[in-house]
Amino acid sequence: MNMLVCVKQVPDTTAVKIDPVTNTLIRDGVPSILNPFDGYALEAAARVKDKNPDAKLVVVAMGPEQAKAVLKESLAVAADKAYLVSGREFGGSDTLATSKIIATAIKKIEEIEGKFDVIFCGKQAIDGDTAQVGPEIAEHLGLPQVTYGLECELDGDMMKVKKEMEDGAAIIGVKMPCLLTFTKPAWDPRYPTIKRKMAANKAVIPTLGFADLGLDAMECGLKGSPTKVKKSFCPEKKAAGLKITEEDPAVAAKTLYAKLSEAGIM
Amino acid sequence: MEAKTKDLWVVVETTPDGGCKNVGIELLTPGRMMADKQGGKLVAVVIGCNATKAIEEANTHGADQIIVVDGPEYKEYNTDAYAIALTHLVEKYAPTSVLIGATNNGRDLAPRVSCRVKTGLTADCTSLDVDAETGNVMWTRPAFGGNLMATIICPDQRPQMGTVRPSVFKKCEPTEAKAEIINEDFHVAADQIRTQVLEVIKDMEGEGVDLEGAEIIVSGGRGVGGPEGFGIIKEAADALGGVVGASRAAVDAGWIAHAHQVGQTGKTVAPKIYVACGISGAIQHAAGIGGADCIIAINKDPDAPIFDIADYGVVGNLFEVLPVLIEEIKKARA
Repeated sequence: MNMLVCVKQVPDTTAVKIDPVTNTLIRDGVPSILNPFDGYALEAAARVKDKNPDAKLVVVAMGPEQAKAVLKESLAVAADKAYLVSGREFGGSDTLATSKIIATAIKKIEEIEGKFDVIFCGKQAIDGDTAQVGPEIAEHLGLPQVTYGLECELDGDMMKVKKEMEDGAAIIGVKMPCLLTFTKPAWDPRYPTIKRKMAANKAVIPTLGFADLGLDAMECGLKGSPTKVKKSFCPEKKAAGLKITEEDPAVAAKTLYAKLSEAGIM
Repeated sequence: MEAKTKDLWVVVETTPDGGCKNVGIELLTPGRMMADKQGGKLVAVVIGCNATKAIEEANTHGADQIIVVDGPEYKEYNTDAYAIALTHLVEKYAPTSVLIGATNNGRDLAPRVSCRVKTGLTADCTSLDVDAETGNVMWTRPAFGGNLMATIICPDQRPQMGTVRPSVFKKCEPTEAKAEIINEDFHVAADQIRTQVLEVIKDMEGEGVDLEGAEIIVSGGRGVGGPEGFGIIKEAADALGGVVGASRAAVDAGWIAHAHQVGQTGKTVAPKIYVACGISGAIQHAAGIGGADCIIAINKDPDAPIFDIADYGVVGNLFEVLPVLIEEIKKARA
């Protein structure tokens, strides 16, 4: 059993502040974290490994040198080996170019680590929120996919995935090799042990660059990206609404209902 | 690829009973405006099994043409059959733009197809326009947890594709059916479908929680105090004809299933009315409710950030305010 988890280092978007004067994002001082959904994917893979101790768990991230921090974190939690995909040529890539680069890197890593049976991804990254890179990697590699996974287990040559649906959940069977994306499950990911943490800090993480992947420059970065950002702006802040501060809760509730009826809302 | 037509497509997601998700019909509203600006037809694409209700809905909501792909392999959504069928249609007819609802299935399908035809895809749009000169769609979407809006274009590839959030656009008034219906006889072999549904689990409360499509949501947070506190939330939701949502704090405490969670690591919702009860309104939660038409907050803490984004706020104990509000609603509806 050979598993790969794709992770991304993201700014903690909950710590992002808006400059009230210029109405722009303040990115300085915002901590970088492991994308939470990738943490759930890593935990799902770790649970498969718990039951199949011989399984190998490799982790890959695309990003600058600093992104090694999330690879080390993944090693500390559960991964056996880590790779960084990094290069100036990759900057400015949209999801199509990003998925092409990562899919190519996966093929390269498979030359060293052997074919992967399952590739785990987070449902989406919290900075871009597109949920496109996972399915696009699957498409480049010709793999079947199950998205919105909550948990999974190995069953013969198949993965059984509990998938979140709009009206509940479903168990989906998918033949390996396959790609799964994960959303937030009912449980929390495990914490690393001190021992694993220390080992992870010492781990050597190989980097795959543009030249290693043998990609065409036209497939990477802005040139390889069919979508372009035309403009970005901070959403207008809503004006504060009506605040009812009546002491008596019954009066407050009735006032609220009267206001809502007046405005035609109820 | 290059477009052969100036047509704009709306993929209308079908349900196993032959009906459709609301968002597909909602998208015909901006679709009309966009097709007119692009100078082409508004085409609804219906992939499903005996989806007569879906076809009828599209036909009475402004579609000029409906392309239908029908077969048992399309009864339940599955990535492979739908991706193969939609790619076939896109390659055959080469439209200039394709809109897909940003449901779980829509977000599963769209990237497979856009990647297969090597074009651009913009996710989760909340606003759409067309530059009439270039025919480029201006796809506007939130990023950075709703802190930033970005307008994306796909200038050199066709079709330009995007997924659009449910409930952002309103269905138009039903009109006379006028669409030309094209039945596309196209099938996907069983061995090309690599996933199978082994079991369907309905929500633990025995009913669906379609938060993304809900028009009214009553949500509970830390202030609800425990699983039993959701009783009054449910009562309020029932009185209003809505569904129950929850903040991350309530879900993490184990009071209610994650399927109910609204916010950054939960669902992004766009109801007409959102009632936040005992929810402080942290940015993670606020990011999920930006699309709500009207936010009503009930919270004991007068300084809770939820009041900054609420249209109507009541400073008070939800267990005292909600029962009276429920009474008022029931009285009015009696």
